Amino acid sequence: MRLRIAPLLIAVCSLPVSGQAPAVRPLEVPYEQFTLANGLTVILHRDASVPVAAVNVWYHVGSANERPGRTGLAHLFEHLMFEGSGHVAEGAFDTLLEAAGASSNGSTDNDRTNYFIDLPANALELALFLESDRMGYLLDTMTPQRVDGQREVVKNERRQNLENRPYGMASIELDRLLWPPGHPYSWPTIGSMEDLTAASHEDVIAFFKTDYTPNNASLVIAGDIDIPRTRALVEKWFGEIPRGPVVQPVMAPPAVLTEVKQRTIADQVRLPRLYLGWLTPRAYAPGTAALDVAAAMLTNGKNSRLYNRLVYETQMAQDVTAVQRSGALGSSFLIVATARPGRTVAELQQAIDEEIQRLRREPPQAREMQRVINQIQASFYRAMERVGGFGGKANQMNAYYFAGAGPDFFAEDLARYTSVTAADVQAAVLRWLPPDRRVELIVEPEKAQ
Amino acid sequence: MNSEKHTKTNRPRRTRSFLLFPVLGVLCGCFVLVLLAGFLEAQVRPDRSEPPALAPPPQLKLPAVEKRALRNGVPVWIIEAHEVPIVQVSLVVRAGAGTDPPDRFGAASLAAAMLDEGAGARSALQIADTVEFLGATLTTTSGFDAAAIRLNVPVQQLDEGLAIMADIALRPTFPAADLDRLRQERLTALLQARDDPASIAAVAFSRIVFGRTHRYGTGTIGTEATVKAMSVEDLRAFHASYYQPLNATLLVVGDITADAVVPQIEQHFGAWSPTAAFKEPAAVPVARQLTGREVYIIDKPDAEQSQIRIGWVGVPRATPDYFPLLVLNTVLGGSFTSRLNQNLREKHGYTYGASSFFDMRLSAGPFVAAAGVQTDKTAEALGEFFAELNAIRMPIAADELAKAKNFIALGFPAEFETITDLARRLEELVVYRLPDDYFEQYVPNVLAVTAAVRQAAERYIQPSRFAVVVVGDRKTIEPGIRALNLGPVQVMTVDQVLGP
Repeated sequence: MRLRIAPLLIAVCSLPVSGQAPAVRPLEVPYEQFTLANGLTVILHRDASVPVAAVNVWYHVGSANERPGRTGLAHLFEHLMFEGSGHVAEGAFDTLLEAAGASSNGSTDNDRTNYFIDLPANALELALFLESDRMGYLLDTMTPQRVDGQREVVKNERRQNLENRPYGMASIELDRLLWPPGHPYSWPTIGSMEDLTAASHEDVIAFFKTDYTPNNASLVIAGDIDIPRTRALVEKWFGEIPRGPVVQPVMAPPAVLTEVKQRTIADQVRLPRLYLGWLTPRAYAPGTAALDVAAAMLTNGKNSRLYNRLVYETQMAQDVTAVQRSGALGSSFLIVATARPGRTVAELQQAIDEEIQRLRREPPQAREMQRVINQIQASFYRAMERVGGFGGKANQMNAYYFAGAGPDFFAEDLARYTSVTAADVQAAVLRWLPPDRRVELIVEPEKAQ
Repeated sequence: MNSEKHTKTNRPRRTRSFLLFPVLGVLCGCFVLVLLAGFLEAQVRPDRSEPPALAPPPQLKLPAVEKRALRNGVPVWIIEAHEVPIVQVSLVVRAGAGTDPPDRFGAASLAAAMLDEGAGARSALQIADTVEFLGATLTTTSGFDAAAIRLNVPVQQLDEGLAIMADIALRPTFPAADLDRLRQERLTALLQARDDPASIAAVAFSRIVFGRTHRYGTGTIGTEATVKAMSVEDLRAFHASYYQPLNATLLVVGDITADAVVPQIEQHFGAWSPTAAFKEPAAVPVARQLTGREVYIIDKPDAEQSQIRIGWVGVPRATPDYFPLLVLNTVLGGSFTSRLNQNLREKHGYTYGASSFFDMRLSAGPFVAAAGVQTDKTAEALGEFFAELNAIRMPIAADELAKAKNFIALGFPAEFETITDLARRLEELVVYRLPDDYFEQYVPNVLAVTAAVRQAAERYIQPSRFAVVVVGDRKTIEPGIRALNLGPVQVMTVDQVLGP
């Protein structure tokens, strides 16, 4: 289905229209896809609007592939990927890129690890050299000292984002409560301090050999590129890397909440915060688009149901957020709200429950639906502008490929949202956000405060 | 704009994989190609002994800026960009926190925030509903130097978007109930900032470097006292003084043409007329420079990291040393491979990241070097900070300087990728009154920087006069910090530095 921007705003056709001829363009992302003999999937997309290109690699491994006792290894490994490889001295990866006007970064989540290099178009071959060298030759120069160095950096990343940040430890508690013991989403991607201490040089080597193989990766190059030349360059630099063993899929025990799981933790904060969490279907499964729409309907904008009631009208909350965190093995739906001074989380919870109950009882209004869907639609168009970074087209194409869809799934993805009906939202809330099977986590101020 | 240093001489290279495969691809189809690729590449390995040479950098075709004006004199700057059916319209007003009345710090910020809480005949909820229904975003914001109203809207809905944008810019109603709501929100945010070591460090550093009375010594939203004192009349008066056609510029970027869009804008903003009382906003005075190094420890009991901020009064955006300082800071703490990050993160592992920054405003803003470091390495980290701040005053090696210059110059095209990027770059031209050829001259200006870096370092990086702010677990970090003998040490509570 080719979606255009025009048909969805039918309801406002009576408004004065601009003097422009309407610009009607589908979310088309032409691409070429091929697989090297070593199993590396390659996807190329040309967008020459500015002379930049994005090299985006996904390794299909994340913290879900870890074993208990070695949590955090996938993310620690991500750090080590920037420290040099067989033909790239320590520090030279970033030095060479910066000298070429390029920048790079990476991120790890439960399911995958991604890396991007955003570069001026002339530096493409440099990026392919660097990216292929760490795919093929990372272990040639890996040492225990290098592992130790990044171990300390990662521990400080954890301290900065969790221990030393208000409410920072809540995310760890939430995942421990949401997912059953042993489930690969039950531990934090950043890892525990003990496991980070325990991670060894040998662990790193084994991890590379089993999971960082061309057959377990996908490479997207998007931007101001010449497709045949880029294809030749990819073959030149990545073709020699040997195929690795077949990667075993992650096994996860069934995850179902059968009751309300309550927990309260203390933190150095002045205001209490409430977290409600439910388990929802895995990314792109039926029902997830309706739940994303429900999240927006609950907390996006002044007219959204929870923001309006908690922050705008009663002002019992400083903030409220609803979000679905989508994962390959399953997703979770969170509602988070912080109480204003003098207000309690019990008040917040009662108001939130009443609003969810209202969505269970009756479907949302037509204008509410359209407001959310128009916002989602416009965000798809805005996302077509940038090729690089974590939010650019190259990364999204890799995300779609990883999810088993075509790299140009943009229009179909939008259609998942535009086809959501009010009844779908009601049904999804009824089925997936029950009041009696969920997590209720409270972060309360320490007594000393 | 080529790099002198990193465009290496071309060596003979194996070119077979370059030339052969595209031809084969056409002839044989993908499947055969894949098999051949694996077979041939196994024999002809690429030469990895040196990184591939860079091709000449691409020329960025700078977008043309079309300058028009409305009949009331408001400049309208337009860039056509037709990649997506979206248009951004930004109204930039010289009404930043620098124009706050002395007893009403936060007026500019709160006035901007109140614009969409009621305007024309519409309530806050009606404004939000309309904007969202259009698939638009409409934000109001205010920094130290300017306020901006930014509309980003599907091009077909531009006219309706402009109508609501003109309402909030020209006809805000400042409803008392909505002011009270935002007031409570801001008071709560000020309270919450005291939970977060990074926020405490930022606020304390500004207060210590600029003092209580200078505008830059307090954040844009003001203090608990000024937020409590703000009345509807204060905000109306602020809006009447500064939201004036002679004080504003409209920027339009996106899927439009100048000829078509100007009459549309005229229709919504053309009737906006200046009042006789309009005066140019007064300049923020340049703050008094620090004279001697002092250390402030702000206690955050049991914190696992110490938040460090080091610096003093920096430079205004209009400094003639802008480009030398840009290059200098890139070397010192402005990129991943910068000295501070390499030392404190990569070499020592004390932190997840260390950086430095000249915050250039209409008047001289702060220079600050910053990191969150693990508590038990606080003194060691401070030692490394000062080692680097002293070393940057020494000559910088040619290749290090070239790397920094190329990082800025060659990365410049990426700053023009999206409609929002383009609009932001135009805002910068407007607010700081930069010359018309600023973008054309940007890369040559960066590449021309040489000896001026050293002079800039000696003048603007004087570690013996810096303020040092550390927010952390006092009982653990104080002895080590005192042993460094950096200067007088003051120990404070959060309430002492930020007020009760």
